[in-house]
Amino acid sequence: MSKLIALLSGVIFGLGLIVSEMINPAKVIAFLDLAGAWNPSLGLVMAGAIAVALPAFYVAKRKKNSVCGMEMHLPNNKIIDTRLIVGSLTFGVGWGVAGFCPAPALVSAAAGQWQAIVFSLAMIVGFYIFSVLERKT
Amino acid sequence: MSIDWAAFTPYTALAGGALIGLASAILILGVGRVAGMSGIVGGLFSGHHSEQWRWYFVAGLLASPWLYQLVKALPPIEVNSNIPVLIVSGLLVGIGTRYGGGCTSGHGVCGLSQLSLRSLVATASFMAVGFATVYVVKHLLGFGAN
Repeated sequence: MSKLIALLSGVIFGLGLIVSEMINPAKVIAFLDLAGAWNPSLGLVMAGAIAVALPAFYVAKRKKNSVCGMEMHLPNNKIIDTRLIVGSLTFGVGWGVAGFCPAPALVSAAAGQWQAIVFSLAMIVGFYIFSVLERKT
Repeated sequence: MSIDWAAFTPYTALAGGALIGLASAILILGVGRVAGMSGIVGGLFSGHHSEQWRWYFVAGLLASPWLYQLVKALPPIEVNSNIPVLIVSGLLVGIGTRYGGGCTSGHGVCGLSQLSLRSLVATASFMAVGFATVYVVKHLLGFGAN
């Protein structure tokens, strides 16, 4: 049951990225381009997502277990440190340059878009490099 | 600043966003997990590969463009970066999101939905750098200017 729910969630997540056109790096960059012809669409994507997810997380915080009986894994990390900020700044540079963040890159790659495949492979190597560095420390 | 009204798509943006929120709601309430993409995929390399829900979520995500195409053609995917740029930016996104503990989905949607200050700081950081990066690349260096 939990596998089916995860599968369904993945499908809906991807459809949301497609419907909102966030799989298009040109549209993402148009949102980040405050000095050019600004396209506010991405802001509304986030607003729409938060409007639906906020009540769900409100409920989740008050529950011990998920519908499938699994433990609620809500992040309890409140630490704001250089790791959080430097990591996010690094991500922001890559996002601004290519216009891809992880989920849209993977969806575009799955659709067979070759530049997204190159980006996604590099991103996965990045995930791997992180995991190797973490194991050493 | 000038708003590009012709390219602004408020309804599909809100509808698509609502679907992303719905997917996040289903995952947290159904499986008890946060729909953070870099954490779900990156976690596969950090000793969480035995957690099957991750594979199923990713499978669903990768199937989504094909399911969409059963009904409609995909919207355009326009990329102006060459291969070296794609590789460097992919590495930055991969390492940066893992180091910072989340990306647009994990911090930007799920974190902000939990009113997390940590996620707000992360989101403000990558957004600010995203704005600055596009300014430098497009307006100072002149790449992809129109």
